[in-house]
Amino acid sequence: MVTVVSSIAWDVAAEVTDPEIPMLSIADLGILRGVKTLDDGKTEVSITPTYSGCPAVMAIEMSVSAALAKAGFDPIIKRVLSPAWTTDWITPRGREKLLAAGIAPPAKASNSIHALFGETQVNCPQCGSHETERVSEFGSTACKALYRCQSCAEPFDYFKCI
Amino acid sequence: MDASLHFDCLVRLADDHMILGHRLSEWCGHAPILEEDLALPNIALDLLGQARILYDHAGKIEGKGRNEDQLAYLRLERDYRNLLLCERPIGDFGHTVLRQFYFASFMGLYWSECQNSNDQILREVAAKAIKECAYHIRHTGEWVIRLGDGTDESHQRMQNAVADLAPYVGEMFHMDETSQQGAIAGLIPDVSKLAATWHAQVAPVLAEATLETIEVKPILGGRSGQHGEEMGFLLTDLQFMQRTFPNMTW
Repeated sequence: MVTVVSSIAWDVAAEVTDPEIPMLSIADLGILRGVKTLDDGKTEVSITPTYSGCPAVMAIEMSVSAALAKAGFDPIIKRVLSPAWTTDWITPRGREKLLAAGIAPPAKASNSIHALFGETQVNCPQCGSHETERVSEFGSTACKALYRCQSCAEPFDYFKCI
Repeated sequence: MDASLHFDCLVRLADDHMILGHRLSEWCGHAPILEEDLALPNIALDLLGQARILYDHAGKIEGKGRNEDQLAYLRLERDYRNLLLCERPIGDFGHTVLRQFYFASFMGLYWSECQNSNDQILREVAAKAIKECAYHIRHTGEWVIRLGDGTDESHQRMQNAVADLAPYVGEMFHMDETSQQGAIAGLIPDVSKLAATWHAQVAPVLAEATLETIEVKPILGGRSGQHGEEMGFLLTDLQFMQRTFPNMTW
């Protein structure tokens, strides 16, 4: 049941940003899955990791706890794995922020693992060119790959579709 | 289900992932190119992330108060139940990518089957790991082809890797008492049934890489805690901090 109290708690939690992608809030990223008030008055926040070994998860959980405690809540963090996070959960606002920060947002609709094998077209976030090439499947963080634009020659991060 | 059987099945799987993750981490700062210096530790992180959830879950099933750190760092060598394949030294880059390709191809099938497990946490780990595995298979498979069908030198090294790792393939599909009981209980897949599909997926990649497949009698032992001599060195490194500063946290 969504109550006014948990809606306020959601707003507080939603403002926490990802330490590795600081332009995105955890709500933009789609990893904030739910906030509810428990019978004992505690506030349970459900968070799902982007990748199993994402090193940012613990930092995010601590930031959410701290933000809620500061706002007067008594938080409990619940890490949920299922359903597994997908880049489709990044909000339209989150995609715009990624692009503005020079990170190409993930291709949409990644329901099947076959999406991983198709050649996806990645546009350069700097000049918009379609002429890009993948430099490395793995980039600066677990969720990104490294690309280069053949038109403007800029290297850029691509938020992997998963 | 018997808690000790449940624990054993989970710890095996966790050990495979942690030990191989540790091996991959040895490349950090030493990979042949910068992109691989990012890729290999990234794959290691996925494996460690999977291992952590499994250890945590196993500790709770066991009910003796052991947490993920105690299971990961404070057991004796004989208590580790990983596949021998996972503990083999990293060798050259060719060995590393071939081993990873073999293991990821195996785990892709394993996790798919785990979606039918009666253990909810295992199903959840599987749902996430399937996607990560797909990346690992593609990345390492591309390297196997590039190096196998590359220069005379890279081809020869990949062919050597195929020969060196051949005795460790069979253990992935070997059913012992624990794996049989775990499969009967509906917890884990019957790995013997994954062998044919695994070979069918791996063979075309080796063929494209112009590598000759080699089949030899499997060496077993990891599942019963009988490890190669390299395992002790690995654990010395892995356990150093917890043995030196017991119960330390970061």
